[in-house]
Amino acid sequence: MDRDRIETVSLRWLRRLVIAGFLVVTLLPFWYMLVLSVRPIERLLLDPGSLWVPFGELTVATYAEVLKSVESGGQGFLTFIRNSGLVALAATVLTLLVAIPGAYAVSRLRFFGRRQVSALFLAVYLFPSIVIAIPLFVVFSRAGLRGSLFGLVLVYISQTLPVSVYMLKNYFETIPVSLEESAAIDGAGRLGIIRRVSLPLAAPSVMAVALYDFMIAWNEFLFALLFLVDRPDRWTVSLGLSLLADGVEVPKTVLMAGSVILTLPIVVLFFAGERLLTEGLTSGAEKG
Amino acid sequence: MTTTAPEAGRSPTPERPRRPGRRPLTLRRRESRAGLALVAPTLLVVVAVIGIPIVWTVVLAFQRVRLATLRKTGLFGELTLDNVDRVLHTPGFADTLWTTVLYSVGGTVGSIVVGLVAALAVRGPFRGRTLVRASMLLPYVAPVVAMTFVWQVMLDPQLGIVNDWGRRFLGWDAPVAFLSQESTALWTVIAFEAWRYFPFAFLFLLARLQAVPGELEEAARVDGATPTQRFRHILLPQLLPVIALIGVLRFIMTFNKFDDVYLLTGGSAGTEVVSVRVYQFLTARTDIGAAAAQAVVLAVVLLVFVAIYLRFFGARREA
Repeated sequence: MDRDRIETVSLRWLRRLVIAGFLVVTLLPFWYMLVLSVRPIERLLLDPGSLWVPFGELTVATYAEVLKSVESGGQGFLTFIRNSGLVALAATVLTLLVAIPGAYAVSRLRFFGRRQVSALFLAVYLFPSIVIAIPLFVVFSRAGLRGSLFGLVLVYISQTLPVSVYMLKNYFETIPVSLEESAAIDGAGRLGIIRRVSLPLAAPSVMAVALYDFMIAWNEFLFALLFLVDRPDRWTVSLGLSLLADGVEVPKTVLMAGSVILTLPIVVLFFAGERLLTEGLTSGAEKG
Repeated sequence: MTTTAPEAGRSPTPERPRRPGRRPLTLRRRESRAGLALVAPTLLVVVAVIGIPIVWTVVLAFQRVRLATLRKTGLFGELTLDNVDRVLHTPGFADTLWTTVLYSVGGTVGSIVVGLVAALAVRGPFRGRTLVRASMLLPYVAPVVAMTFVWQVMLDPQLGIVNDWGRRFLGWDAPVAFLSQESTALWTVIAFEAWRYFPFAFLFLLARLQAVPGELEEAARVDGATPTQRFRHILLPQLLPVIALIGVLRFIMTFNKFDDVYLLTGGSAGTEVVSVRVYQFLTARTDIGAAAAQAVVLAVVLLVFVAIYLRFFGARREA
């Protein structure tokens, strides 16, 4: 056998092995989370190495406890879910409202400072959020906005805008100008063109951006921690889970149920829009 | 989505039939005005929530501010170099900076190497490829709080699966407290970083691999190049620019990272990175001036790295 043959055959096997390995490494923590969330804590302490739920151990009491309100002896995750959902939805809608006209302008219209806008966004995207957090912490403390969900939404909009505008801009640029011209000839104004022509054509891209914004806002931790830590009734799911995990009072299995609740919406959304998202994020990357 | 129409980026206005009595200049001006009006909300948000805070951080870095005295200090209070001086000469700061560099380099290299292996493995078609590809992106999209919590529990000395299996199958004598002892904590955090962010590299490398023309590899195969030679001489050169780009992006992002380290170790056991330290100064010590000064140092160090990189990378590109 020559070198080529040996390499081809061994690489073919290696490749299968590597793919299997990757699947285990990426999916195992998720599976482990799910298994722990339906086991009672006493059983976990006796047998911590089990990767499935031993017969007769299955329980959903963990979920009941984590969801119940604090008054009725639970951890109040229903409130956290409501907070997270409200914040993420508001941030998504508002980001789109701001980003769509902005992206259209950057992709189509010549105006003073158009080139600088993209550079500004890259800078914003790469800038440490802890640096921005300090004065925001100061301002919010002073203005009494700490503990306000609105303040948090505002910060999330600013965090998701750069990538949103970038993705939308890339898509708008692929829409033939001639389509917009025909609309203009038919008497449509600038906003009419955006609403009737560009936006319907960019619908997949808008969906992808919406998914991205929602996921970022739902997952965010630092700003929620800085602004909401004193107000347990305003905690988001991420914040609630991390603060409860710091203590020892709440059993780990109950918190695992909490992290399943935190993770599940994101995983579902991601699988629903996976193709849209990956294409939106990497478009242009293959040009090198 | 990936192809760009030939007329992309050009404005539709010049070809539009002009209304009688309008001079071309007005059209151009109207376009410019519309552009500014449409982009204004975006700029407003970015300047108000990002721009002003950055400037303010710099100002705060040169002021003597604590949370308690906050109400008394104005935006342009007395300026002093005290904070910067204090920060640079506090014993822990140099260590923190060094830890941050180790963490960033480790996390960046780790995630790119793992991502490259993953991209090469998933490159060719096979059954269930779409599902495998999507699954491999999960660590990156899942909430950081949930992921750090699962890792904490998995690595827990008492009820974690890793220590249980390690003792049962690998013959460890005692459970390893991965996240709370100095010898392993930083490595564990770096491993987490590589695990969580390899999908980022994977995604971009796979997109680039898919765009490598098939004829190139075919020609090399005909010339007798073995698979590893084809990778070394055909694929790798094609990938290098993307690898460099991902490297810079990941390095910058890891350098700024707060969530992962804070949630995994809280900055203990020799894993204190600059972001976590800034946070501690801000909340635990409520020393806003010192926190701002460290944040500015972080930003400056970052700028230096970017500048150095751009010099090398920019020069290579031209050559």
